[in-house]
Amino acid sequence: MKAFAYVNAANQQEALAALSTATRGRRLPLAGGTDLLGLMKDYVAEPDVLVNVKNLPAGIAVPAQGLAVIGAAATLTDVADHAALAKTYPALTDAARGVGTPQIRNVGTVGGNLMQRPRCWYFRNEEFHCLKKGGARCFAVEGENQYHAIFGDGPCHIVHPSSLAPPLIAYNARIKVAGPQGEREIEAGTFFLMPDRNMFGETVLEPTELVTEVVIPTPRNVSAATYEVKFKQSHDWSIVTASVALRMSGGGGGVVESARVVLGAVAPVPWRSLPAEQMLKGKRVDEAVAWQAAEAALADARPMSGNGYKVQVAKTALRRAIMKATGAKVV
Amino acid sequence: MALHDDALNVSRRAFLKTVSASSVAAGVIGVGESEAQTGPAPIGPGEVSVQLSIDGQARTLKVEPRVTLLDAMRERLNLTAQKRVCDRGSCGACTVLVDGKSAYACSILAIQMQGKSIRTVASLAQGTVLHPVQQAFCDHDGLMCGFCTPGFVMSAVALLESNPSPTPAQARAALDGNICRCGTYPRVLEAVLNTKGVRRG
Repeated sequence: MKAFAYVNAANQQEALAALSTATRGRRLPLAGGTDLLGLMKDYVAEPDVLVNVKNLPAGIAVPAQGLAVIGAAATLTDVADHAALAKTYPALTDAARGVGTPQIRNVGTVGGNLMQRPRCWYFRNEEFHCLKKGGARCFAVEGENQYHAIFGDGPCHIVHPSSLAPPLIAYNARIKVAGPQGEREIEAGTFFLMPDRNMFGETVLEPTELVTEVVIPTPRNVSAATYEVKFKQSHDWSIVTASVALRMSGGGGGVVESARVVLGAVAPVPWRSLPAEQMLKGKRVDEAVAWQAAEAALADARPMSGNGYKVQVAKTALRRAIMKATGAKVV
Repeated sequence: MALHDDALNVSRRAFLKTVSASSVAAGVIGVGESEAQTGPAPIGPGEVSVQLSIDGQARTLKVEPRVTLLDAMRERLNLTAQKRVCDRGSCGACTVLVDGKSAYACSILAIQMQGKSIRTVASLAQGTVLHPVQQAFCDHDGLMCGFCTPGFVMSAVALLESNPSPTPAQARAALDGNICRCGTYPRVLEAVLNTKGVRRG
C-alpha cells in the first residue's frame, strides 16, 4: 500500500479536528481497518493521512425506556454478544453475528460496517477504472454480475454490503454524525445515497464528518427479524439480507398495524420495499401473506444477465424473515 | 493518481519527518491548546517509533504507519510464529490474540496495537510442555502440512479461554475464520472439543 501519515486521535474532538481539512479519499478515518486496509493494499484507496477513530464512543446502552445508543467504535462482537440488545433488537444482533468471522467481528466496528465500501470485484480491482473510480463505464453491465444489483437501474450496479443497515432501517434508527458544523442526526433510511446522488461514496457523510453513534427507538409491539442468504455459511457477504419489523396492532389477534421491510445486497443502497410493507399492513401474517409480500417486494426487480437467481433468493429470504418475525421456526 | 505525484509526496514526507519527533512528545504529555483546535499532528509516513507488547515482552521498533502487525512481527522482529498467507483477512493463518480476542494480524496496523497485549502461538508451550490445545492437536492428528495450525490454535485458545466446554456448534463457529487447505477440519474440531485444562483467560 501507499505510505501514509497517521494521526492517533485520543477522542472524537481530536479526530474531527484532524479530519477538518479532509478532502475525499485523501484523509480518511481508520477504525477496525478490516475493509480499508484491504482497499489500500489493492491501491483502490490511497489516502495521504489516516486518522485513528477507535477512540470514539464504543459503549452500548439499552435503557428500559427510551432510545438505545450504540457507539460507532463498538465492535460487531460487542453488538452480537450484547444480551439486552439481543432481547430488544434481535434483527440487529442476528445480523451482527452473521458478519465475516470472529476475527473480523472482534475488530470491525459499527461505524465501519455502515461506511464500508462495496464488494464489487470491478471496484476492488485496481485494473478496472470503473464509474465509481471516475471511469466511464460500469464493467458489471457486460461482465460478471452474479452478485450485483437487481434494483436501481445503475448506472453503477454495486450492492451495498452493510449487514447492519437493513435491520437499522427496519427499526427506524438514526445515524448520529459529527462534523465541523456540529452534530446532526440522519434517518438510517436516508443515510445511504444511490450512485446518481453520490458516485464516489455510498452515503451522505462528508469527508470531514464522522459517524459517532447509532440511535434506535424502543420498538413497541414490534416483532422483527433478519434472514440472510450466503453461498458459504460463514465468512461471506450476503447474496440477500432481509430485515422486517412488524408493528402489531394493540388489539391483539396478530394483525400487523404497520411494517418496515428492507432488503440488503440487492441494490446500491439498502432497499426499502414499500409494496411489501403495504401488502403486510392490516393482515394477519401466515405463509400465504408472507409469500404475497415477497412477490410484491420483487415485482419491480430488474436483474442483470447473470443474477436473475437473486430474485428468487430474495423472495425466499424475505418470506423467511417475515415468518421468523412472527415467531415461526425457520430453517 | 496519488501514485504519480511523487514530487508532492517527497516534500510532504520531508516536512513530516521534521515535525514527527515533536508531535510524538506532544502526544505523550497531552494535547496543547492549539492542538485542541487542529488535532494532533500526523506522524509518518516515514518510520516512527512503536511500542508493542508481544507474548509478554515489550518491544520497541521503528516502522512506517502502513506496516501491519503481521509484517512488523515477521519482518522486523523475526517473530515468525504466525504465518503470512493471504494477507487479506481471508485465511486465518496470521490469527493472534489482541487483549484476549482473536484478530487477523495481517489486517491491523502495528501502530494501532500500542498499549495492547498481543499473543502468538509461540507463547503457549511452557518449555517442552505443550499447551493443552497444542497437545490435543497432536493427539487428535489435527494438522497435515501445518501452515494453518498456528492460526487455528490461537482461535481455539480464544474460544476455550472464554468457554472451556464448547458445544460442537460453538466450536465450529469459533473456528469459522480459519481455513485449512489440507482439509483437516474434522480432526481440528475433534482436537478442540477434547482439549482439557484450559484456564479461563
